[in-house]
Amino acid sequence: MGASQTRTEHKYQDLADKTGFSLEQIENLHKRFQQLSDNEETISREQLDSIPSLANNPIRKQIIEAFFDKRNQHQNEVGSCEEIGFEQFLMVMSHFRPPSLKTTEEEKEAMRKEKLHFLFNMHDTDNDGTITLVEYRKVVEELLSKSGDIEQETVKAIADAAMLEVASTNVPHMAPDEFYEGITFEHFQQILKGLEMETRMHIRFLDVDTPTLRCGKSSS
Amino acid sequence: MAELRLARRSSSLPLTGLMGVVLLVFVFVASASRDVVSENNKTWRDPAGETRGDSHHQTNSTAHKKAFPVLSFNYEHVKKPFEISLWILLALLMKLGFHIIPGVQNIVPESCLLIGVGLLVGGIIKAIGGEAPVLDTKLFFLYLLPPIILDAGYFLPIRPFTENMGTILVFAVVGTLWNTFFIGGMIFAVCRLEGGQLAGVDPLSCLLFGTIVSAVDPVAVLAVFEEIHINELLHILVFGESLLNDAVTVVLYHLFEEFTHEGTVTVVDAVLGVVCFFVVSLGGILVGAIYGVLGAFTSRFTSHTRVIEPLFVFLYSYMAYLSAEVFHLSGIMSLIACGVVMRPYVEANVSHKSYTTIKYFLKMWSSVSETLIFIFLGVSTVAGPHAWNWTFVIVTVVLCLVSRVLGVIGLTYIINKFRIVKLTKKDQFIVAYGGLRGAIAFSLGFLLTNSKMKNMFLTAIITVIFFTVIVQGMTIRPLVELLAVKKKKESKRSINEEIHTQFLDHLLTGIEDICGHYGHHHWKDKLNRFNKAYVKKWLIAGERSTEPQLISFYNKMEMKQAMMLVESGSAAKLPTIVSSVSMQNIQPRGPARHRAIPSISKSREQEIRKILRANLQKTRQRLRSYSRHDLMIDPFEDNVSEVRFRRQRVEMERRMSHYLTVPANRQETPPVRKVCFESEHKVYTYDDSKSPLGRTAEPDPSPPDAVSLLNESSQRANQSSEHRAKRNDELRAKVPDEKEEQDQLKLSRCLSDPGPNKEEDLS
Repeated sequence: MGASQTRTEHKYQDLADKTGFSLEQIENLHKRFQQLSDNEETISREQLDSIPSLANNPIRKQIIEAFFDKRNQHQNEVGSCEEIGFEQFLMVMSHFRPPSLKTTEEEKEAMRKEKLHFLFNMHDTDNDGTITLVEYRKVVEELLSKSGDIEQETVKAIADAAMLEVASTNVPHMAPDEFYEGITFEHFQQILKGLEMETRMHIRFLDVDTPTLRCGKSSS
Repeated sequence: MAELRLARRSSSLPLTGLMGVVLLVFVFVASASRDVVSENNKTWRDPAGETRGDSHHQTNSTAHKKAFPVLSFNYEHVKKPFEISLWILLALLMKLGFHIIPGVQNIVPESCLLIGVGLLVGGIIKAIGGEAPVLDTKLFFLYLLPPIILDAGYFLPIRPFTENMGTILVFAVVGTLWNTFFIGGMIFAVCRLEGGQLAGVDPLSCLLFGTIVSAVDPVAVLAVFEEIHINELLHILVFGESLLNDAVTVVLYHLFEEFTHEGTVTVVDAVLGVVCFFVVSLGGILVGAIYGVLGAFTSRFTSHTRVIEPLFVFLYSYMAYLSAEVFHLSGIMSLIACGVVMRPYVEANVSHKSYTTIKYFLKMWSSVSETLIFIFLGVSTVAGPHAWNWTFVIVTVVLCLVSRVLGVIGLTYIINKFRIVKLTKKDQFIVAYGGLRGAIAFSLGFLLTNSKMKNMFLTAIITVIFFTVIVQGMTIRPLVELLAVKKKKESKRSINEEIHTQFLDHLLTGIEDICGHYGHHHWKDKLNRFNKAYVKKWLIAGERSTEPQLISFYNKMEMKQAMMLVESGSAAKLPTIVSSVSMQNIQPRGPARHRAIPSISKSREQEIRKILRANLQKTRQRLRSYSRHDLMIDPFEDNVSEVRFRRQRVEMERRMSHYLTVPANRQETPPVRKVCFESEHKVYTYDDSKSPLGRTAEPDPSPPDAVSLLNESSQRANQSSEHRAKRNDELRAKVPDEKEEQDQLKLSRCLSDPGPNKEEDLS
């Protein structure tokens, strides 16, 4: 018992260093992982798909896809996996950690870049380094998918207007025959500068053991 | 030479401004002193009036008949409204004066200047022996305060408010309680120690005093913070606290006042007090929410009577405030709740003009109220009875500062354990320093019935108010600069930010669901879905009830851009095209390029044409009749939606023209183009010899023009086939420009020409 416990603790320590979570948070997430995976070692897409509360989410597919995307594992690989283990699960979750009081300005910048990269990967499905107009249209379409009957024209108009805005802000003067290939990561960062991702893109990870506690603490 | 002129002008401005201010002060005084004079003259005037009235009865003893008065002076008749109007007018002129005098604004916040003016006026009135008007409590709470609170509540930024709700509540409730008991307790201890004049002060009075003086005042906070533009988080923290602590203040005030009459306090009373707090706050919110829903529901049916739409907003909100005050519930919280609940639905229902009206009336009233409050505060200071006690006053001021700082530090320490984004020391300092006291404290002090201590208390309250507003108000701006506190970002919302804000919302909700715990985002999402499924259907008229937020945002943006276009068009100048990027730069190339057939179907075009024609017809019809109860002559609004259609047509045109400059199959395209062009140019044509293609057209709408244009356009298409390489590019560049130009010029014609003959038969 003692030996295996120390082994698990060491394993968690490893993960804690890599992802930045605390040991208690990893403990909780592990419990959740096992719940989702039916006590197996890996999770597949179908298992994530079957979470009932996700059913109402318009961008459900993109979220699930993000878990299986190798680009989010910080290992310079591309493509997607069929199943993920706990470590990969944690790596993806670590993108949603909030900054603490002790985070320095550079760390905050790095955090912001990382989170923006995560979002970028969600949009850039063919991994060519740019979000093309077609991909952006898909994003808007998915976003509006659960909002009733939306005309294709409106979706196109919104996506086009957004793309135009990115192009005008980043490359103010283009000759008429030039073509704006797509939103690169630098342009993406520029456009979303005002949103301050490091303070917005995070969720609360519980420290205490609350597997069945339904109402989580509301933030702030 | 220009500099000399400028220098002379700038030096003369302060002089004229100063003279203006002096003049105004004198007029103020004159109006107040007229009171004195009129009082004396009243007795004299009455018999004269009677004489006049009785003259034709000839019952008086005077022998001769009075001649018919051609011109008479009867001030009594209009005295009250005249004076009120005069005061308001002069207050506003004063405010105007401050903005004209350069340089003053950057050093002294407006509130300080207004208090100063009030002091001056009060002093002068007192000097000549007149009766200075005091800040009547009823006047303040019923007439001056509601507009400010409604303005604040209606335009409350909801997202940061709800995100920081926990922090705000802790500061408002626990912070105010701490302040009250600390100040009350310490003051009592000091009084006991000091003895002498202060020995007679009992603990309950001290606590009552502590209640009055410890509440952060929304009016003062708004007045000062508005000028320093700090970041949203700090602004909402201090401002939210000042709004929500009203419930605490109301409960504590009534509680302690009851107790001072009773004399003894029991545990039951204390428990009842706690219960009362919940009743007051939740009850206030409930009352406000009910009125808000009523207001939203009413606005659903106002599509035919647009003129009175803003009145519903104002009246329902005011009723909410008054209803809450009837039951001694928190009127401020009721007003806020009403504004917050009503706003999204009302904005979806009312016309754009009503929205602008609501916005400007609210801002106008709150501005007037604020100005009057500060001036009256100055005047009342001079007028009121004072009992100056050095110890008491100094101790009060010091204690206020100390308790505020301690309270903020202590509470932040606890709060930071629960917050994700922690509050830094700089934030804490600003929150502590921004705790300003204001007119609410003064009015509550004025309501005190125990006259023995009342004067002393009032003096201390006034000193605290002056200290916080003047000293803290003046120094907060340089301190903000010194500490390099983050300022408010000025950028306006872009569609990308909106898309990603929504995307982020859904993403975070999804991640929370995967994590398995129901956090902040989950509940927000549930509320939104409930709102969409049930509430919106009831409260929003027509199709807009099912419109998703992104689309309404997009439509709003389009509307704004369309209006900018129209406005610049009516000024007969082209907007500077900041970016030369247009739709064609981002349209995907490749296989689409070789298609010669345009992408819009014939039926769609028919639809578009029908819509355009219908709109134009409507414009013509509306211009025929005018009635006070209908907002006819609304060609502007019609034009705006027309413009929106046109912009979309323009975009499609560009895409089409993109394809159509391809030489192959060119001859088939003109018929389609002809249709489009005719619908576009139905309204007018513009004589522009300088147009890039050297196209000319007469300013007379008639089919021949359309045909000539058609010829021109086919000519253009011809040309492009001949000079393929360079011309292609040029043309593509020019086509979008020309369309834009046309748009604006078209619109200018629309606006200036009320009823051209638009009935044309398109075959």
